[in-house]
Amino acid sequence: MSHDFLQINDLRVSFPTDDGVVRAVSGLTLSVGRGETLAIVGESGSGKSVTAQAIMGLLNPLATEIDGRILLDGVDLLACDPEHRRSMRGSAMAMIFQDPLSSLHPFYRVGDQLIEAVRIHQDVTKKEARTQAIDGLRRVGIPDPERRVDDYPHQLSGGMRQRVMIAMALINGPQLLIADEPTTALDVTVQAQITDLMMDLQQQTGTTMIVITHDLGVVAEMADHVCVMYGGRVVEYGTTDAVYYRPSMPYTRGLLASVPRLDGAYDEHLDPIPGNPPSLIRPPSGCVFHPRCREREAVPGDLCSTVEPDLVTAGPDHRARCHLLTEGTP
Amino acid sequence: MSDPTATSSQDIVEVDDLRVHFPVRSRGLFPRVIGQVKAVDGVSLRIPSGQTLGLVGESGCGKSTTGRAILRLAPITSGSVRLEGRDVTELTRQQLRPLRREAQMIFQDPFTSLNPRQTVGTIIAAPFRIQGVEPPGGVASAVRELMDRVGLNPEHVNRYPNEFSGGQRQRIGIARAIALRPRLIICDEPVSALDVSIQAQILNLLAGLQDEFGMSYLFIAHDLAVVRHVAQRVAVMYLGRIVESASRDELFSAPLHPYTFALMSAIPVPDPVAQAARERIVLSGDPPSPLDPPPGCAFHTRCFKAQDRCRSDAPALREMGDGHQVACHFPMAEPATDPH
Repeated sequence: MSHDFLQINDLRVSFPTDDGVVRAVSGLTLSVGRGETLAIVGESGSGKSVTAQAIMGLLNPLATEIDGRILLDGVDLLACDPEHRRSMRGSAMAMIFQDPLSSLHPFYRVGDQLIEAVRIHQDVTKKEARTQAIDGLRRVGIPDPERRVDDYPHQLSGGMRQRVMIAMALINGPQLLIADEPTTALDVTVQAQITDLMMDLQQQTGTTMIVITHDLGVVAEMADHVCVMYGGRVVEYGTTDAVYYRPSMPYTRGLLASVPRLDGAYDEHLDPIPGNPPSLIRPPSGCVFHPRCREREAVPGDLCSTVEPDLVTAGPDHRARCHLLTEGTP
Repeated sequence: MSDPTATSSQDIVEVDDLRVHFPVRSRGLFPRVIGQVKAVDGVSLRIPSGQTLGLVGESGCGKSTTGRAILRLAPITSGSVRLEGRDVTELTRQQLRPLRREAQMIFQDPFTSLNPRQTVGTIIAAPFRIQGVEPPGGVASAVRELMDRVGLNPEHVNRYPNEFSGGQRQRIGIARAIALRPRLIICDEPVSALDVSIQAQILNLLAGLQDEFGMSYLFIAHDLAVVRHVAQRVAVMYLGRIVESASRDELFSAPLHPYTFALMSAIPVPDPVAQAARERIVLSGDPPSPLDPPPGCAFHTRCFKAQDRCRSDAPALREMGDGHQVACHFPMAEPATDPH
């Protein structure tokens, strides 16, 4: 089975706050095959970044409650020894963040930061690590890497910094790369450079990739599979084609209908999803999307507001969480 | 379509050869001016009454500064700005005040553009208070009407901005901007900080308000798909200058400037099959620094069509027919599909 490189079972993440418990992720089950690119799409507060942080082990254990299982190549990340987990971070799995400026240390040369990353995981001399750092910068398309390796982050442009972040993430050859909004902070023309670079590198290395984004165009370009999150839940999962051409959950349909497209009709009517994203402290009863759903009339009774639907099969390799699929009147 | 060189009484905004240069000072005890950032360097544009001009470009291209200079929120170095035929370039602060009734602004970040210590009611009533306008029926009822019009619950008039979501806060900003029924609103990236499903709500709201009140918009954005949706005419900026300007249909069906062409091809469309089939031109490098712009055509360092002439000779904006203007020595041939 190819779908078992990363397996997440019933992941629950919550943050106790003064206002109540924020249930950021509520029972997420997901698997990613080796060498595949999965895109997680969702709006702010949908739980997509928290899921990534839970996989990486970046959530503060004192302020977070995490339940469930996350298996990376058979190793249970939530149950294993913290020391072992730390050693996996950077070598087995790595992450790229949205804002490269705040993820690089401003006081250290990019080379020194790369060298540090190498030497944490490999027993090599400083000189060897520096060679690896320069090779890493060259691989991500930084011109003149022998000189650039001694630059400070502020001397690089936003696109170059993101390239450095990618070089750093890949320097120990991780099997899993998580990119959290990797292009959002960049200019359009630079975004295209970075998505191209990530796809090229993935071709070369076979790294499994999870791309977290709100940009449906980036998803269409990069992903094999898409997972749509809403209110801390997976509401639809499938191949990119299935989700884009046969969206089976009203939220996904709404999302696709609300983006203006560069290739659409000039006076294309935008059909926004009414209302606002749900509260994660007091989520709506039943289906978490039902207060904004315009298709609930098709479901008999008050099923949508009382019973949370399961993630059910919508087609081959395609699942969605909606009563329409089981109870709907066509 | 307006021809940017002709003067028409229909145009709400007429900007001619606008320049905004910011001095760069040396560090130390006695800073000297050591250079200039030419944020806006010779921009001319027209916005017809009731229409939307889209102004697009990447960060640092001067699009926001242009918008701010039109409202005199950025210092104008040279050139002129006329609003409804009146030259406002030289007006004093005092003289500018009545102008604020006619021209307003909506900002990108609904979190920092609202005073967190004022209630929504106070925020939306501010224009009435500052301008000394007493709307028929009183300020309180006008505020409630405005809230209702932009899709906010008027019962929330005494709440504070932090009790609202991003999209709702943007509605508050819009209510404030339309309070005095201005003729012009500068929308500076009004949806780029919002979630996808909320962006469409705000775009539809802005379109509805324009239909109802006949306002003109200068819609500043980096997202070409959004601009394509809202604007009748589009100007593309690169490093302080307009490099192409045309009607929306012209610009998107037959872009003439290689930069416009590359910008469009760089945006992925939300459709896997269509995206895989699209021709893409990925520009190398980053936008150059406005502190040290390249000689000749500012785009030549990244242009796939650049030749010797581009490195020394800055191309002027020239008319190519039908109000389609381009600043390029070697514009794309129509139809624009062959990058070589």
